[in-house]
Amino acid sequence: MKNTKKETEKKINLTIDGIEVCVDEGTTILDAARKLNIHIPTLCYHEDLCVAGNCRVCIVEQEKAKSLPASCATPASEGMVIHTNSMKVRLARKHIVELLLSEHHADCTKCYKNGICELQGLASQMLTGDHMFLDLVPDHNYTIDMFNTAIIKDDSRCIRCQRCVRTCEELQGVSALGVAYRGNHMKISTFFEHPLFEVVCTNCGQCVNRCPTGALIERNYIDQVWDAIYDPTKHVVVQTAPAVRIALGEALGMPPGKIVTGKMVTALKRLGFNAVLDTDFTADLTIIEEGNELLTRLKKALLDKDPNVSLPMFTSCSPGWIKFIEHTFPEFLGNLSTCKSPQQMFGALVKTYYAQKRKLDAKNIVSVSIMPCTAKKFEANRPEMRSSGYKDVDFVLTTRELGIMIKQAGLDFEALPEEHFDSLMGSSTGAAVIFGTTGGVMEAALRTVYEVVTGREIPFEGLNITPVRGTEGEVREASLKIEKVKPEWKFLEGVEVKCAVANGLAHAKKVMQDVKDGKANYHFIEIMACPGGCLGGGGQPIPTNKDIRTKRKQAIYEEDLGMPIRKSHENPEVQLIYKEFLGGPLGHKSHELLHTHYTPRKRY
Amino acid sequence: MSDTKLKRVDLIFGEYSNVKYKVLADTLKRTNEEILEDLLESGLRGRGGAGFPTAMKWKFTAQTPGEEKYVICNADEGEPGTFKDREILSRVPRKVFSGMAICGKVIGAKQGFIYLRGEYKFLLPELIKELDGYNEFAKSIGLDFPIGIRLGSGAYICGEESALFESMEGKRGEPRNKPPYPTTSGYLGKPTVINNVETFVNVLMIMRLGSTQFKLLGTSDSRGSKVFSVSGDTPIPGIYELELGMPLDRFVDEFGDGDTKAVQVGGASGFCVPRKKFKDTVIGFEGVPTGGSMMLFNSSRSMYNVLHNYLEFFEEESCGQCTPCRVGCQQLRKGIEAVKKSEKKSLYLDQLLKLSESMKLTAKCGLGQSVANSFSSIVNNFKEEMIY
Repeated sequence: MKNTKKETEKKINLTIDGIEVCVDEGTTILDAARKLNIHIPTLCYHEDLCVAGNCRVCIVEQEKAKSLPASCATPASEGMVIHTNSMKVRLARKHIVELLLSEHHADCTKCYKNGICELQGLASQMLTGDHMFLDLVPDHNYTIDMFNTAIIKDDSRCIRCQRCVRTCEELQGVSALGVAYRGNHMKISTFFEHPLFEVVCTNCGQCVNRCPTGALIERNYIDQVWDAIYDPTKHVVVQTAPAVRIALGEALGMPPGKIVTGKMVTALKRLGFNAVLDTDFTADLTIIEEGNELLTRLKKALLDKDPNVSLPMFTSCSPGWIKFIEHTFPEFLGNLSTCKSPQQMFGALVKTYYAQKRKLDAKNIVSVSIMPCTAKKFEANRPEMRSSGYKDVDFVLTTRELGIMIKQAGLDFEALPEEHFDSLMGSSTGAAVIFGTTGGVMEAALRTVYEVVTGREIPFEGLNITPVRGTEGEVREASLKIEKVKPEWKFLEGVEVKCAVANGLAHAKKVMQDVKDGKANYHFIEIMACPGGCLGGGGQPIPTNKDIRTKRKQAIYEEDLGMPIRKSHENPEVQLIYKEFLGGPLGHKSHELLHTHYTPRKRY
Repeated sequence: MSDTKLKRVDLIFGEYSNVKYKVLADTLKRTNEEILEDLLESGLRGRGGAGFPTAMKWKFTAQTPGEEKYVICNADEGEPGTFKDREILSRVPRKVFSGMAICGKVIGAKQGFIYLRGEYKFLLPELIKELDGYNEFAKSIGLDFPIGIRLGSGAYICGEESALFESMEGKRGEPRNKPPYPTTSGYLGKPTVINNVETFVNVLMIMRLGSTQFKLLGTSDSRGSKVFSVSGDTPIPGIYELELGMPLDRFVDEFGDGDTKAVQVGGASGFCVPRKKFKDTVIGFEGVPTGGSMMLFNSSRSMYNVLHNYLEFFEEESCGQCTPCRVGCQQLRKGIEAVKKSEKKSLYLDQLLKLSESMKLTAKCGLGQSVANSFSSIVNNFKEEMIY
């Protein structure tokens, strides 16, 4: 221990562009320069990922060195003298950007990332007006994979920075994307170059979040949604996920961590949606259904001693996670909660309960959802998601797509007044809001389950169950002893309920392996496919990094604290729907509309 | 005639002892300091081409703390025009094993590997037999340094040391960022010495003859001898062990066909020397270094074709991860085609020369960095052949 402390204390002095700077040993030249507010351009570098050092855009001149080192991959050393903008560097950097452009299909005005493409940004910075080199695009047989409902992969726009490959492998443990071939044929590909929908890709969209160009983008449904809005025969209902309201501002020029719920509602109304409702409503409903499902499983296990009961139970809100487990641990599908995700519960209810109450014909309802997620697009297209008799959710838009629509409509987002969600499936609680962050479903479930079982509020100050609040890059474990239960829950007296919370599929994989190896004896596991949970979802505004996600997370908990009701079972509209429509939790209607089943899939 | 002849040397292939592994056994009795001192004194530099001082490499690795260290013999001989390691491994494999074992002793490694070029698979049966003999011998004298073989799969880039480690670890053969260097983080992230086949043999010969005798050969910058793979327009192609530091004109006198217009020294990643510079070119680290490849071209050869061929080679053999190498190679090849076809003005060659210079400065590994060697030396010296 002592030694490592000593090492981290070691300081390195170097000079960058004539300015002396002192940094910790191990700091890269890039980070040292950033400390001095010198911005060295980068492409393959990403804060969330390991250093690749392959684009070479961040090269700098080091005095007395033969070559120009990549600043992202080179640690600062004592006495180094660095020039970040010397003549040599400028020419070499321009060459590199020109080379990238020469193999890049640069029809920018046709590109979804036009205006936010990092390569385009560099090109404009370097004034590459007059292309220096020959166009290599015609020499390559680039393919576009557009068979997927969620993600489109266009190799002609790929600059081979491998951010996606590193994301898929390091953050998600999926490795659906990898490097194939070498030299001029080198490309980012999938298992045997199958289209994305035929491989283990979970559609989580983390690669889309990090792709610097338009090579990996979400399939957008903006035009379809406008068409529906403009169609006078259609009643267009929109639902918004919890994590959208704390990130949408970023897509519209606001700093991260701003809660924009009210402005978002106003914007949606002005875009012309007939009803602006809240996925948070079905998040609360999920808690009631899933909480009861957990209690039922615990009862079967502890009281009835049923050996076939599947514990631990896993949450099922994250469609990326669902596809992951279907591919990777299909033997555990029985452990998944049968609850649909809040999006799909909402969709099923919109075309049944909502239609009935509003006296609408379900066939004239178009159900749109705004999600922080690309996997939700895939989820909405699953064949099992049509229990209303129609496609439960017609179109899924990401936070980014909504941002584009708001810009298209010419709304000055920051100046918008704040409005409330429409009623009937528009009310929600703080418990639902925290669905947007890792640990949120667990916390929301515990707030309700504990109270159901004991009749008392969960004994945490301000209902903040901090031990289950997940953090990025680790699996959170917590346990809760249940005491003084109500008579009907006697079998739970003194039971220590063990939970785990994981975010990012790489961590999910770890937990699953432990469960599989019998090394873990949890009762309930919450898993979110994306780093930080939905707030770090693949449909969230670009860029993303830990800093940004931390700010989003703070905003979510702030929103929770600000809600008048913070427990799902106290949501008046949820109580109403059980009374008027569903009967009771896990009842017949619930099963029909709110629960689903899963499909085992192969690894390849 | 005899005084113009280059000095033939018989260090590498010559027999040195009738007793199996005698030099190794003797050397193992010496202290590490003595061995390193001898190596340092000999001035031996790596024979793979880059010419890093062997003693320093070993010393750095020895100094890196760590229980687990490795010695790797780089037998991924892929440079076009090089075929000397194949001969060394088939004729004097024991010398190679001995050199590796000495290295293992000095740096404290308990395992050695030979990374054999995939195309040399045919050497395997003999090599395994010899290795079994070595491993048995090592066991018999209580030397804890077994040697294993890993086979490449035909990628030129895997001869680059860090790509070689990646390949050995079962990953895609792509060069790593440096630092860290292999001396601190090589195979499996452990301190590793990786040397060329010939280097290990040289070590053994220094141990046998002593540094003084080794130093008698060569020049102050390039000590000892070198095994050359001579090919191209020569009546006597083959493998020759010659003293380092020879002037190229004498080499051409002896190996040329009387009409030599250029010699490509060091393979595709080396330099092309035109006739007018033969006299002033020394083969060695002070002049033009080579991993052994010497390709002679006579006046019937089109240097455009030669360069085009090299560029096609690099274009395919680049791992593809870094921009300057992946795209630069394509641009150079396509660029000279465009000039040749008059689609681009001859001035475009200057643009390409600048690009190749940028590749040299910015590519991630030696492959991309060395494309400029052949490119600039051929374009600059045979410009008219590029244009007309």
